[in-house]
Amino acid sequence: MTSISVLKQRERQIYQKGNQPFEIECETKSLAGAVSQRACVFCGSRVVLYPIADALHLIHGPIGCASYTWDIRGAQSSGPELHRMSFSTDLSETDIIYGGEKKLKKALLELIDKYSPKAAFIYCTCIVGIIGDDVDAICRQVEEETNIPVIAVHSEGFKGTKKDGYKAACDALFSLIERNNAPRVTIPDSINILGEFNIGGETWIIKKYYEAMGVKVVSVITGDGRVDEVMQAGNAALNVVQCSGSVTHLAKQMEEAYGIPFIRVSYFGIEDTSDALYQVAVFFNKNPEIIKKTQDLIKEEVQAIIPRLETMKKDLEGKKAAIYVGGAFKAFSLIKALKTLGMEVILAGSQTGTQEDYEVLRQMCNEGTVILDDSNPLELAKYSVEKDADLFIGGVKERPIAYKMGIGFCDHNHERKIPLVGFEGMVNFAKEVHGTVTSPVWDLVPRRQKAAGKEGAI
Amino acid sequence: MTLRKYKDTPSYTATQNACKTCTPLGATLVFQGIEGCVPLLHGSQGCSTYMRRYLISHFKEPVDIASSNFTEETAVFGGGANLKLAIENVASQYAPDMIGIATTCLSETIGDDVPLILNSMDNTIKGTALVHVSTPSYTGTHVDGFHGAVAAVVDRFNPVDKRIVYRPKKKKKINLFPGMLSNEDLRHLKDIFEDFHTPVTILPDYSERLEGPSWQEYQAIQKGGTPISAIEKMHVAVNSIEFGAVLALAAENGQKTAGDILNKRFGVPCTRLPIPIGVKATDRFLDILSQISGRPVPERYRKEKWRLVDAYVDGNKYVSKKRALIYGEEDFVVSIAGFLAEVGIIPVLCASGGKSKTFKKALEQTLPETLIDQVVIQNDMDFTCMEETAAGMPEDLRPEIIIGNSKGYAMARRLKIPMVRVGFPIHDRVGGPRILHVGYKGAQQLFDNIVNTLLTASQTESRIGYAYM
Repeated sequence: MTSISVLKQRERQIYQKGNQPFEIECETKSLAGAVSQRACVFCGSRVVLYPIADALHLIHGPIGCASYTWDIRGAQSSGPELHRMSFSTDLSETDIIYGGEKKLKKALLELIDKYSPKAAFIYCTCIVGIIGDDVDAICRQVEEETNIPVIAVHSEGFKGTKKDGYKAACDALFSLIERNNAPRVTIPDSINILGEFNIGGETWIIKKYYEAMGVKVVSVITGDGRVDEVMQAGNAALNVVQCSGSVTHLAKQMEEAYGIPFIRVSYFGIEDTSDALYQVAVFFNKNPEIIKKTQDLIKEEVQAIIPRLETMKKDLEGKKAAIYVGGAFKAFSLIKALKTLGMEVILAGSQTGTQEDYEVLRQMCNEGTVILDDSNPLELAKYSVEKDADLFIGGVKERPIAYKMGIGFCDHNHERKIPLVGFEGMVNFAKEVHGTVTSPVWDLVPRRQKAAGKEGAI
Repeated sequence: MTLRKYKDTPSYTATQNACKTCTPLGATLVFQGIEGCVPLLHGSQGCSTYMRRYLISHFKEPVDIASSNFTEETAVFGGGANLKLAIENVASQYAPDMIGIATTCLSETIGDDVPLILNSMDNTIKGTALVHVSTPSYTGTHVDGFHGAVAAVVDRFNPVDKRIVYRPKKKKKINLFPGMLSNEDLRHLKDIFEDFHTPVTILPDYSERLEGPSWQEYQAIQKGGTPISAIEKMHVAVNSIEFGAVLALAAENGQKTAGDILNKRFGVPCTRLPIPIGVKATDRFLDILSQISGRPVPERYRKEKWRLVDAYVDGNKYVSKKRALIYGEEDFVVSIAGFLAEVGIIPVLCASGGKSKTFKKALEQTLPETLIDQVVIQNDMDFTCMEETAAGMPEDLRPEIIIGNSKGYAMARRLKIPMVRVGFPIHDRVGGPRILHVGYKGAQQLFDNIVNTLLTASQTESRIGYAYM
């Protein structure tokens, strides 16, 4: 694979664990022309707010941004499904020349009348920032007229990276919470679940655990989300933050404004799920019942799944995995979960990791592991093949890279349909990994045929 | 009772579940169909990532699209420097034969003069051609971006001052501008030309590049696509064939198409045909091909045709007077409507998200007069309006089958109407790029699929579930 060369300006964002001192460049703008796997500010906002099922999500701009994000996440709702609709002001040339404010207002009033949402989020796309529509003013007017929260999300695509989009979404969420004028009453032994999006019904699995522990869930932000529920978030005693990249900003805002402390957790894999639940139990240690129930729950759940994992582990022992995810936090959990299955990680990267994240990654990984920040198809292909991966874990854009080279694939992005969190999620994950890694089709693909010295490989 | 009374469609300011996507997407697809070409979007990073995702979900293949990656400063001071840097990086990373540069709403609105920037680079970098197409997302749809890119590529490689050195008399070469068709369609068209012993240049041709084998070594740019050397010779062809009934009307109204450019500059005659779906449209295409090439229609197509007609006969009572809702790109809808009409299915609602002014006219030219009264034709339509229109029809006039791309699935599910997936995109099934629509063979597959979908529906609904048709 010497044919693929790495761009000079990208070299500092690639690190191979070995003798050289650890140094990696990150948290920078993507290099023009590098074919980054990242999306934009709008995407960051859209994915965080997306699961709020009884809100209207109106995208202000030309049609593309709405088309590409229509029903894009596997975020489930137990009730209304307004979030699965794609609404756009579909700006045309005349709107660009004369401004889109009138159209926006008219569209909003019509949609609110038609769908009776509990709140409306208006996403500003690139062009809105350029033509100078006063979206905040329109939102204020419509909020007054309709009596529901109408919130502008300042997510113009070019104004930073996906992370800035997360921040804009957090600002919108905080602004929603702030609209609750009722006095704050802290509910004992209660939490908000933050950064959990109910992909494949994951929120329901986590909620079930907390219920069994005797911990009340005030709101989930934003999995199976409801506007009224989000607005109650100020009454929780603790914020439990998953997917820290996207919602830590909100947790910090709530800590500052309401004094609600937060902890960071992950519900992926046996180790991290147990750790998450214990952390919450320990926080509420004034209630000894909770600790007891948590211990029982974890013991029971772990015992139930271990035999099934052990069976699959036999086939997976020693297999090599590459991981490329949005936030680095997810990579930590994946590495641990893969270790549970006897697998080794040979490539780990993320779109938006920080210096500290990559330091943690480095410590977790074996010698020779390649660590990548804001990578692209060519680099991902180059290193997966060089390191001879048997499995690639990523999203839609990484899938064909793996498949072309005859590497198994597991979708860990927001489009998947299968819950991967918690104990039962670990079994699903193992089944996914086991299914693809042990598939007989790899025996037929050219790269494997060549490696086996078979004739007729193209 | 005719449908006329029910032609009222709901009207909203916002677009709800669009039946279209934005202009640059079509351009990037064209660039994927040119050998050694890497598409580059001049705009935000998100545009290229979203379009990659959209295309990958259909083709299940790597689709690399570079971005000039706008920042706030770029938006204020102009994107020239970013564009140049992007071009340099794409050139050194991919070593392409061509970089296809499409603009976005952002770069168009801030007024970046891309032609000027590229001129300052002599429109090349290290021997790589730089080709620009203007695709502001706020005008038209992905189809306009598609046709725009085809025209831009032909324009670039067949400049006005190009001298016709030699127009081969014996080996009559034909240009084919097929429009947005599936990989299988493109492959079938190539077979047809081969069977006519007539060389053809198809632009674009992504059929190999976006559906190739697995690899031994990673390919920065997949193999396949129309070679630039072939595009450069398009001006010496004996004829250009351009598919699309709506495109033909647009060309009459002055839209500059690829066929038009070659005609005006080099006198290459341009024959405009609807996409050849169904017996009648395929007859027309093969007859024209026979005329231009001076060769008879090969025997195997005669056989295919009569087999198809025989199948129409066998299935006639399962489809006759059935009502269909069809949607998608305007040209595609027109041709599917023509096919449905010839088997006796009434396309009661023909919808598109496109905004051309000639959609209705093209359908009126395609459908028999006796049918047109029963058809609601609506462009600039989204899936929500489509669904409300269909649901609002009286039961005895309501569609019984939905035919279109996978984006209509949610509508079909709510309306509880069986659905046949055709066209682009197919995001919820494998094999979307392998669906064949054109030629007798394509009509055969569509017909079988439609009949079987209707049979499945009645079998499922039946209280007893019968074992024979």
